[in-house]
Amino acid sequence: MTVSDIVKSFGLKIRAGKNRLDEEVRGGYTGDLLSDVIAHSRKGNIWVTIQTHPNIVAVATMKELAGIILTGGREPDSETLRKAEEEGMPILVSSLLAFELTGKLYQMGISGMG
Amino acid sequence: MSGAENNIHLHEMFHIAGGNFTNAGSISSQVKKILKEAGFSSRVIRRTSIATFEAEMNVICYASRGNLSLFITPDFLKIVVEDEGIGIPDVDLAMQEGYSTASERIHELGFGAGMGLSNIKNNTDGMILTSKFGQGTHLEFLISLEGEDKSVPLLNAGG
Ligand SMILES: Nc1ncnc2c1ncn2[C@@H]1O[C@H](COP(=O)(O)OP(=O)(O)OP(=O)(O)O)[C@@H](O)[C@H]1O
Ligand SMILES: [Mg+2]
Repeated sequence: MTVSDIVKSFGLKIRAGKNRLDEEVRGGYTGDLLSDVIAHSRKGNIWVTIQTHPNIVAVATMKELAGIILTGGREPDSETLRKAEEEGMPILVSSLLAFELTGKLYQMGISGMG
Repeated sequence: MSGAENNIHLHEMFHIAGGNFTNAGSISSQVKKILKEAGFSSRVIRRTSIATFEAEMNVICYASRGNLSLFITPDFLKIVVEDEGIGIPDVDLAMQEGYSTASERIHELGFGAGMGLSNIKNNTDGMILTSKFGQGTHLEFLISLEGEDKSVPLLNAGG
């Protein structure tokens, strides 16, 4: 499954990294504390969070994540978008809340294990 | 140590302002850029970036001011972070996963999981943390370059 498949399934809004959506998604992680995400996410994960500041791009790039989904309709800061374009990191927006979206991703076959 | 000191091909120092969350992460991205341009492997870049990010964030979250220095030698990368601030009363306790004194405001910004120091430990090949309560904290860590391609230009420059 690719980032693009997830975008289509949930009608996510694409805010950055539209050229990187064919990346394969291997597992996912949901969390809002960056060091926890650094410790537990794995390469290829899709990351579900409510954080919108530029450091989410730094974390996702360091951990080679497949993309970031902001929940509850939260929009990324403008600096976050600039950084995400520079790094080629997809940033997607969902109107669903984190629990809801994570559950749906899980149903789709994306497990917590990378 | 003098033999190793002679082999330092790059030494850069960055200033970190405590409480400045607007520029948070900028020093670790500069360090990352230096290592990328120097041609280090993605593993070395990833481990150094993670540890540097966590060290930078701790100075921003808890200290008044600090300096982060990057040393590149043929055998290892070394990062030294010194800060002035409240310091850490119990270093062993601070090292424990989940232990955090982060305020509500820091939590809202996404910090305070109590995972930072253990992330540093898990991504480096040696780490020393010392602190004088009420004065400041000294952290240093090494990333081994064993197995790295020694044709990295920075390692040959000026040798
Ligand atoms: N430079 C520092 N100066 C003063 N206290 C520090 C410093 N670095 C760490 N600490 C103390 O050690 C605790 C644990 O640090 P650690 O980085 O492991 O977790 P955290 O910063 O609380 O949360 P996280 O890193 O997961 O966002 C901190 O909450 C703080 O009390
Ligand atoms: Mg920390």
